[in-house]
Amino acid sequence: METEKIIETIHMISDENLDVRTITMGISLLDCIDSDSTRACERIYNKIMKKAKNLVKVGKQIEAEYGIPIINKRISVTPISIIAAASADKNYLKYAQTLDRAAKELGINFIGGFSALVQKGYQTGDLKLIKSLPQVLDETDLVCASVNVGSTRSGINMDAVAEMGKIIKSAAERSFMTNTKMVVFCNAVEDNPFMAGAFHGVGERDTVINVGVSGPGVVKHALENVRGESMDVVAETIKQTAFKVTRMGQLVGTLAAERLGVPFGIVDLSLAPTPAVGDSVAQILEEIGLESVGTHGTTAALALLNDAVKKGGIMACSHVGGLSGAFIPVSEDAGMIAAVNAGTLNIEKLEAMTAVCSVGLDMIAIPGDTPADTISAMIADEAAIGMINNKTTAVRILPIRNKKVGEMVEFGGLLGYAPVMGVNKASSSQMIARGGLIPAPIHSFKN
Amino acid sequence: MKAILTTIGKDQVGIIAGVSQFLAEKKINILDVSQTIMDGYFTMMMMVEIKDEKADFAVLSEELNELGTKLGVEIKIRREEIYHAMHQL
Repeated sequence: METEKIIETIHMISDENLDVRTITMGISLLDCIDSDSTRACERIYNKIMKKAKNLVKVGKQIEAEYGIPIINKRISVTPISIIAAASADKNYLKYAQTLDRAAKELGINFIGGFSALVQKGYQTGDLKLIKSLPQVLDETDLVCASVNVGSTRSGINMDAVAEMGKIIKSAAERSFMTNTKMVVFCNAVEDNPFMAGAFHGVGERDTVINVGVSGPGVVKHALENVRGESMDVVAETIKQTAFKVTRMGQLVGTLAAERLGVPFGIVDLSLAPTPAVGDSVAQILEEIGLESVGTHGTTAALALLNDAVKKGGIMACSHVGGLSGAFIPVSEDAGMIAAVNAGTLNIEKLEAMTAVCSVGLDMIAIPGDTPADTISAMIADEAAIGMINNKTTAVRILPIRNKKVGEMVEFGGLLGYAPVMGVNKASSSQMIARGGLIPAPIHSFKN
Repeated sequence: MKAILTTIGKDQVGIIAGVSQFLAEKKINILDVSQTIMDGYFTMMMMVEIKDEKADFAVLSEELNELGTKLGVEIKIRREEIYHAMHQL
């Protein structure tokens, strides 16, 4: 082994924030369904505790032996709307509390899957789950929720879009933290290891280990060495860096799966920023040659970045899945926050950026008096981008009570902090009031 | 199991002796050593073999950290597979 290669790895980990962002164990709860919700919850608790007993321990072991930080150990479960549908309960808080309790006892960071998939309409349980959301998000700590309101194959369920606007508002009334744990999706994926949107799809194996890698700092550093070179060189540099980062993810995932006696699922090739200095996707775009993220050229630079990360990562691991793309959350990225404060980045540009990256309008604080219809309309726009472009899009919008545009909100930890951003004041209410289904686009009929 | 121990820092008397002595006390065998000055920093790579398959890396890393502080260098130990995974096809 060459000394330079060893030193390169050490620098990536010590100075450039290279890490494995998450090891996520997906657990099917289909065999826990029971018409008696107390019995169902007992089975859920027992299954999670049994399957994930060693998740944190194994994660820490790998961290110590290989010297790679593994930031999060998480669990995703089958969407609870499916599991709880057999019960007669009017509210699914009990299920959420069961997940929360198991997560706390296991010492994991988050548990995802308090979810409903309603892209074409509601089934028994879906609407009950959705109505439970504000209370669940407020009264549990580690439970993450998601609702899929659209897909390329089904169109967009505008009734659910309208409902989710109200739910987000109502959750925000309880606490400004609630909505950080909930995502509204179009084209949600079944093997996503990242929160808040992770759930374990019904087409998955009973238990599986998925891994999410990260490393914006590593990419930024690599690009510092090719300043002034053509975009071809930029793309090639990102590919090579992504390859190395992904190989590390593949190694960690394989080891974790082996030690836990669970099949290895996928590596999610995502660039996930944190508020830490030097761990920013925005700063990669600026390194490519933009004075500030959000200015003209941002979408093109992001498109290149997103594509090159995939091309580099795809050969580095056995199975790629999840969201696999650059994340552009505002509050979790020091460069994005700076750009919003400088007035160079607004919601409209962020929306354009979501057309070429994973995932969507993420961790964006908006004024607390934003009408529910406007939030629904933002969800509809994002869902439309996802539906038409055959990609996942998501909305994690955070109305902040009593805060006005420009004021700061502190979420803490990896969730960071964000300035409240302005939204369009003109009303969308009559469109949202129509409800119904936006039909699936013509290019979805591929058979 | 094989691991790579890296020592990086300002060159001074006693670094190799200090690290080797620690490893000898722990019954960790040194298989290969290379040492160079890179960007003005003393840089030493050691391929070592840990016989005890159940060795606690967390404890070992912590002890190496303490030794590093004493010697004024940064000492890290990682199993070798990570380097192979990242840099070799």
